[in-house]
Amino acid sequence: MLPTNESRTMANISVPSMTAAARPARKAANRKSSVAHDRLTVLLIFLPPALLLFTLFVIMPMGEAAWYSLYKWNGYGTPTEFIGLRNFQVLFRNAAFTQALMNNGLIIVISICIQVPLAIWLATMLAHRIPGVVGFRLIFFLPYVLADVAAGLIWRFVYDGDYGLFAAISNFFGFANPYVLADKDVAIYAVLGVIVWKYFGFHMMLFIAGLQSVDKSVLEAAEIDGATGWQKFRYVTLPLLGSTLRLSIFFAVVGSLQLFDMIMPLTGGGPSNSTQTMVTFLYTYGVMRMQVGLGSAVGVVLFIICVTLAFGYKRIFMRHD
Amino acid sequence: MNFVHKGAALSGRRIVSIAAAAGISLLMGAGVASATTVVKWMHLELDPKFLGVWEDIAKKYEAQHPDVDIQMQFLENEAFKAKLPTLLQSDDVPDFFFSWGGGVLKQQSETGALLDLTAALDADGGKLRKAYTPASVDGLTFDGKTWAIPYKVGLVSFFYNKALFAKAGVKAEDIKSWADFLATVKKIKAAGIVPIAGGGGEKWPIHFYWSYLVMREGGQKVFEAAKKGEGEGFLDPAIIKAGDDLAELGKLEPFQPGYLGATWPQTLGVFGDGKAAIILGFEGTEANQRKNAGDGKGLASDNIGRFVFPTVEGGAGKPTDTLGGLNGWAVTKKASKEAIDFLAFLTNAENERAMAKAGMLLPVAVGADDGVVNPLLAESGKQLAGSTWHQNFFDQDLGAAVGRVVNDVSVEIVSGQMSSKDGAQMIQDAFELEQ
Repeated sequence: MLPTNESRTMANISVPSMTAAARPARKAANRKSSVAHDRLTVLLIFLPPALLLFTLFVIMPMGEAAWYSLYKWNGYGTPTEFIGLRNFQVLFRNAAFTQALMNNGLIIVISICIQVPLAIWLATMLAHRIPGVVGFRLIFFLPYVLADVAAGLIWRFVYDGDYGLFAAISNFFGFANPYVLADKDVAIYAVLGVIVWKYFGFHMMLFIAGLQSVDKSVLEAAEIDGATGWQKFRYVTLPLLGSTLRLSIFFAVVGSLQLFDMIMPLTGGGPSNSTQTMVTFLYTYGVMRMQVGLGSAVGVVLFIICVTLAFGYKRIFMRHD
Repeated sequence: MNFVHKGAALSGRRIVSIAAAAGISLLMGAGVASATTVVKWMHLELDPKFLGVWEDIAKKYEAQHPDVDIQMQFLENEAFKAKLPTLLQSDDVPDFFFSWGGGVLKQQSETGALLDLTAALDADGGKLRKAYTPASVDGLTFDGKTWAIPYKVGLVSFFYNKALFAKAGVKAEDIKSWADFLATVKKIKAAGIVPIAGGGGEKWPIHFYWSYLVMREGGQKVFEAAKKGEGEGFLDPAIIKAGDDLAELGKLEPFQPGYLGATWPQTLGVFGDGKAAIILGFEGTEANQRKNAGDGKGLASDNIGRFVFPTVEGGAGKPTDTLGGLNGWAVTKKASKEAIDFLAFLTNAENERAMAKAGMLLPVAVGADDGVVNPLLAESGKQLAGSTWHQNFFDQDLGAAVGRVVNDVSVEIVSGQMSSKDGAQMIQDAFELEQ
């Protein structure tokens, strides 16, 4: 009981002062509402075009793909033959698709275990201001600038068993001509080699940027404390590179899942589907065979994997970045 | 046919941007009217010499019909196949476009995007129908309706390097049966020569072997039954036997090293460079081996011989059954009368003869045979004239989905990755999925 009484008296006392204080507050609220009003106008003017384009070219195709994936459809007319989840059943029974999934996994593993460490190693060397460093950075970054298709074509010539660089080298050492892209046990490693070659420069640049933002005084302090080069790297540089590393791995994973442009000119997914990735599988089985339903099902699976990985990764590893 | 092109033409992101661009241009550029009738002609011809012949014919027609404007539109082979479904449903459809007939044409006809040409062929007492060989019209007809104007026929047969055959001590005339063929391959290999140039990278060059063997083992009856889903379908013992025959060839390792990655132009180059003795090719093979040879000259015409695909012992197929392409021009629903009239002009005996003379084709127009001057083509033409059953390419005839599985399976069988039975099962599965 007591508190109520007290508060009532309190309220009575505070009323006049409240009204006095309310004036500037109302003004502020007015200002706030006019700001909100301005923002609304901005939204109304600037949001629709972006929203429309986004809906038209991102949301709608995604929804349509999900819808098509439930139909047997060859791309002509409108899909009418509803078959439920049969496309997905067919997909997971297809040996080429399982191979594609495994290849995507392998590409992710190689990207993380070889490409990223290689990039860090080169970055630590090229982050210092030593003569010729810009030239080296440029050389290492150059493959990334090249279009994927061009890179694929170039490497197809390099790997060519009759006229390629590989053939010339093995001839020089007296070995038989290698036909790496025609051998189903070797072709995927040849492709992996090109992937590492093509993308390590990009990751290297990320790490160089990351290294340049590392506080020199911390490294100096470690040096004064008598840390060896490796210790400095392991206990100072690497932890400070954490956010860059997580970002780099994120790009590597997402990029690996979407790999397509380079494989098509290199191997086209062959021989015997040994270099198929999910996207090349989608193209060869969905588009080239006019099985739009099946192709859409691949798209849906790819989408789910990408979204789960991307959001899961961000949630777990990139929380603090 | 060249996946180097394919890769270059369609990267994933680019497909999206092309689609977007096409959509926008559709919205903006629809319906430009003019006094003259525009006939849009969609093709995939790359050879400038052949295009020149077409342009001459078009000009001649335009001179006779001043109110008609013929416009050629080009699309690269694989891009054409991928884009056509979308194109046919858009407002920007060509009046007529190149077709390989078969299952793909049938699918297109079922969508209502094409014009039924039966009436046009039968007009004036079947004047137009009588202008073409009956087999060519039949090949483009489904359930009594014709969906394309015949343009040319093709024939798959073996071509060989005469000098290399002489060096290995083998004679083409001796190859009558599949067993003879295998023995010849062994002998050539023993002489230190690569017996066959094969394009396993693109797969379809290998599917000719499987197709022909199926035709030789099973004959028309078995294949047609499989195509209709009757009996044991593609699991027919004769079809499985055909795969076994192919596996037997594969065991001899008859192809050039690295053939599993080779594109068709590369394969032609191997043959043209004299690095392999035999190639299973078709009408364009002689001309194209020259273009793809390392020195740009390739084998001289008189160094190339030709022999018919051999028969198999106990097979139901006749030695006179032939496999090869049949091409026509499919006309779209909204096409003008002038488009059909121009097509009739393009494929009349006189123009077909001119195109045959230029080495472009084996004619389908009655009375144009004498235009074939190239001796190898003339031989093919003669064999076609005596054909007891002309079968279109399997990968076209069975439609894109099943056809590509046939291509896959053929390569897997010949390279020893898959048993003939598993291969037949895979084709049957793909076929049942389509139904």
